[in-house]
Amino acid sequence: MEIREKVDVCVVGAGHAGCEAALACARLGLETVIFTVSVDSIALMPCNPNVGGSSKGHLVREIDALGGEMGKNIDKTFIQSKMLNVSKGPAVHSLRAQADKQDYSRSMRHVLENQNHLTIKQAEVCEILFEENNDEKKITGVKTFTGTIYECKAIVLCTGTYLNARCLCGESITYTGPNGLQAATHLSDSLKAMGILLRRFKTGTPARMDKRSIDFSKMEEQFGDEKIVPFSFSTDPASIQKPQVSCWLTYTNEKTHEIIKNNLDRSPIYAGIIEGTGPRYCPSIEDKVVKFADKERHQVFIEPEGLYTNEMYVGGMSSSLPEDVQLKMYRTVPGLENCKIVRNAYAIEYDCINAKQLKASLEFKAVKGLFAGGQFNGSSGYEEAAAQGLIAGINAAMEILGKDPLILDRSESYIGVLIDDLVTKDNREPYRMMTSRAEYRLLLRQDNADLRLKKYGYQVGLLSKTHYEALLLKEKQINDEILRLKSTIVGANKRIRDFLDTKNSSHLNTGASLAELLCRPELGYDSIAPIDDERQPLPEDVCEQVEIEIKYEGYIERQKRQVESYKKMEKKLIPSDIDYDDIQSLRIEARQKLKEFMPASVGQASRISGVSPADISVLLIYLEHKRGRE
Amino acid sequence: MKDTIAAIATAASDSGIGIIRVSGKESINKINDIFISKGKKHVLTDVKSHTIKYGFILDEKGETIDEVLVSVFHGPKSFTAEDTVEINCHGGLFVLRKILERVLSTGVRLAAPGEFTKRAFLNGRIDLSEAEAVMDLINSKNDYSLKASLNQLSGKLYDHVTKLREAVLHEVAFIESALDDPEHFDLSGYPEKLKEKITLIRGELEKMISSFDNGKIIREGISTVIVGKPNAGKSSLLNILVGSERAIVTDIAGTTRDIIEETINLNGICLNVVDTAGIRETDDKVERIGVDKAYEYAVKSDLIIYIVDSSVPLDESDEKIIEILKGKKTIVLLNKSDLDTKVDVDELKSKIRYVTDSDENVSVIKTSTLDNTGIDEFEKCINDMFFAGHISMNDEIVITRERHKEALVNSYNDLSLVLESIKKELPEDFYSIDLMNAYSNLGTIIGEEVEDDLVEKIFSEFCMGK
Repeated sequence: MEIREKVDVCVVGAGHAGCEAALACARLGLETVIFTVSVDSIALMPCNPNVGGSSKGHLVREIDALGGEMGKNIDKTFIQSKMLNVSKGPAVHSLRAQADKQDYSRSMRHVLENQNHLTIKQAEVCEILFEENNDEKKITGVKTFTGTIYECKAIVLCTGTYLNARCLCGESITYTGPNGLQAATHLSDSLKAMGILLRRFKTGTPARMDKRSIDFSKMEEQFGDEKIVPFSFSTDPASIQKPQVSCWLTYTNEKTHEIIKNNLDRSPIYAGIIEGTGPRYCPSIEDKVVKFADKERHQVFIEPEGLYTNEMYVGGMSSSLPEDVQLKMYRTVPGLENCKIVRNAYAIEYDCINAKQLKASLEFKAVKGLFAGGQFNGSSGYEEAAAQGLIAGINAAMEILGKDPLILDRSESYIGVLIDDLVTKDNREPYRMMTSRAEYRLLLRQDNADLRLKKYGYQVGLLSKTHYEALLLKEKQINDEILRLKSTIVGANKRIRDFLDTKNSSHLNTGASLAELLCRPELGYDSIAPIDDERQPLPEDVCEQVEIEIKYEGYIERQKRQVESYKKMEKKLIPSDIDYDDIQSLRIEARQKLKEFMPASVGQASRISGVSPADISVLLIYLEHKRGRE
Repeated sequence: MKDTIAAIATAASDSGIGIIRVSGKESINKINDIFISKGKKHVLTDVKSHTIKYGFILDEKGETIDEVLVSVFHGPKSFTAEDTVEINCHGGLFVLRKILERVLSTGVRLAAPGEFTKRAFLNGRIDLSEAEAVMDLINSKNDYSLKASLNQLSGKLYDHVTKLREAVLHEVAFIESALDDPEHFDLSGYPEKLKEKITLIRGELEKMISSFDNGKIIREGISTVIVGKPNAGKSSLLNILVGSERAIVTDIAGTTRDIIEETINLNGICLNVVDTAGIRETDDKVERIGVDKAYEYAVKSDLIIYIVDSSVPLDESDEKIIEILKGKKTIVLLNKSDLDTKVDVDELKSKIRYVTDSDENVSVIKTSTLDNTGIDEFEKCINDMFFAGHISMNDEIVITRERHKEALVNSYNDLSLVLESIKKELPEDFYSIDLMNAYSNLGTIIGEEVEDDLVEKIFSEFCMGK
């Protein structure tokens, strides 16, 4: 007998994207089922044992501000934490934490298991059920391998690297997902039958080694920060100050490179066995050696996989070379001379989509109710996945609830940049978030993610009113304090002179506001306290914002002006029924691209590769002309 | 609904007749208020479309400003497809302005440049395909040659701006790479380097801007440097070319200690000639500076004129000079041909060919600066090299458009902010905001950057009226 279940949302996959999607839907009150090929692999970290890092840390903060789970979960399970790039500007400060992988996975599973309206189901989804009316496709449910049908109103696909996956380690190939887990082999055909175009991407992971076989005395120890900063805005910093474990830094050398070069013909990538495209920004050691041929060495980070395991992750040396070459290669690295490999490095190849088939809401343009997030959309990285999963989940819920989708733009979040890049650019490799991709990054700092995004979290219903009110209070405190510092004038008197002398700061000729003094590189909010008589104690995060906003005011203002002109283009909407064939002056290539992507605004159109500024001008004129006629 | 606009539609000259055009829903009403027809026979609001009435424009006190002919057009059968009134009055700027002021006093707004054309276009009066000028202007951005003609952009300006823009982008790209991949890109010492580069780029912008301000043309000729041992006749040559005793000529070696620069026009080919101190090993500090400078100029030049005193054999100083010729276009003058030749021409040629690593025959001309022997041949040689394309003269770059100047000034200011950030020792990622602004601003000159108010801008490029 066929079983039929009725739910609101089906989330396919329980990785970092799936977990966020499912939690968002369930928290918004929708009956949600999350499918996974193995319940033991919920929120699995099959590659690096850390969360965050340059620009990815921003994503985690943003996920948190919107009401996602990743930040909270890593705060519970980290074993080392570090704020990166502190010597650089505040825009590129980035938090990274080493995770206890098992703990991370277990803890997330615990959250899922105890979430109201959420059901975990171990099953492989094989088919998407849909109906077609007047050429419009709309999903109706999913069917599992065992034949059970779940009728639903929305589906979120978060299949990660599991679709038709195969793992390669030199000449040996296994048809599994990551870590030897069962691959999902049926869903691809169902998607293709719906007219969804799939492609192959690949990624890779380095070996894991037995800690007892590593000589750490030949490596540089990498400590965590003394003062730990949490990822989540709701984590009390005092609650997470705890002993941390170390990571270790060592380097490859010419011997390593020689072994790799001599065995390139045995690498499935260079031998042409792998057809998928790998990420340029997360290259295998083979790629690094070939592409940076003049580099004498590359960094290798040895990172613990958790507190209750001896396995160590060899960061920077992912590879798909055969086992014997791997062993030889790793053993040339100082400290790894006698290493024992627990798990071999491997490359994994999988089906995913070109995300240009999606709207910015992460719903398929051609299939109503079908959403997608994570590596399936052609990205790479846990944080990128979680961010998309969250947005896809929120928007699946918004659609069911009859509300407008949540679409973040490039000027307000890294998530906006990530999704806009995915759906508008022709990405030819797994997409990795990078600081340089965010043009307005001075405004998109990790320290102000709450100020930027909590209002949306509240708006969609993932953050409580209490949270929101706390945000409004924080905003007020910041603004008041900035105003106070700007209007508090100190004179050029002896007291101030003496104070400035202690800070090696030049004397004042006339009176100056405290804000002006704060702009001096050698002074900061804390350090001017002795001459700030009316200062009231304020929370640390408020002081931080005050200092940044005042110190970098000119830059922030200029960046805001850039955003204004960007927004003008974003606001010029393109009607969805536009007929590009009607615009004769468009170049053929541009016309094809515009038809293919169907951008929602002129701004989005301008970012499509193959659409030139001149084409945009033509488009603008056409739209203006049309508007004038109407 | 669009408001009513007015402007002088004829060229600003002292011609006999001038026209003021008024367009918009209120145009007929408003002009009716200030117009009185001859004998008060007609009220403009009642007249048929496409009729002309004779009468007077009155000022606030009811006194006549001028006698005029007023044409009334009802939309959509008018140039703008809106109700339009045209006032034909006596030319002369004074009268025209007076009437325009009067029209504006009724609450009509002064039209922005090109606004009539824009309204005609937006109201569908001129079809997109019909409005060829508009489309050409836009299309031109796809096409290099059209771009040049339509934007009045000389190819040189386009190239120059593109080059500067790429230089800016290169720096942005470097900073961004370093932010994302600190392992492979090192930023230490970078701010100093950036400062130098930005200062150079900013200097280029400044030159272009001043060409607008002063109406001064940046004339860049072929940068030419005269080198040779002391007393070989370098200054004499310069004097012959310039036609005056500008450089001090004595028979004491080492007289030219400063660098003397002259612009010379040889049959239309412009040379910026720098006369250098003679190059030789010296202990004299002052002379040493001159020699160093000579090296410096030589490296930057497009053409080197190497004067050899043919009356003395080649020596170590010559070897040193020949080193400078590496990779340079060179003309060798065997000077003092009036005296006995002690130089082996073939040896000299092969030495030069050796350093320049070129199969091209080095031009060697026998000259005497004493009696002008060989000077004609020398001039012909330069002429030939120029027309064969071996040496080229930089065209003049003149900024003529306010819009271009504005963009240049903006990017100049952006770069100044970058320099300020470097001075304040701010972290590198602060540089990219202003670098990107400079990049965008330069982009608006060559149409590589779409301006958000593009439609406004395009029509403001048109002359008023039509």
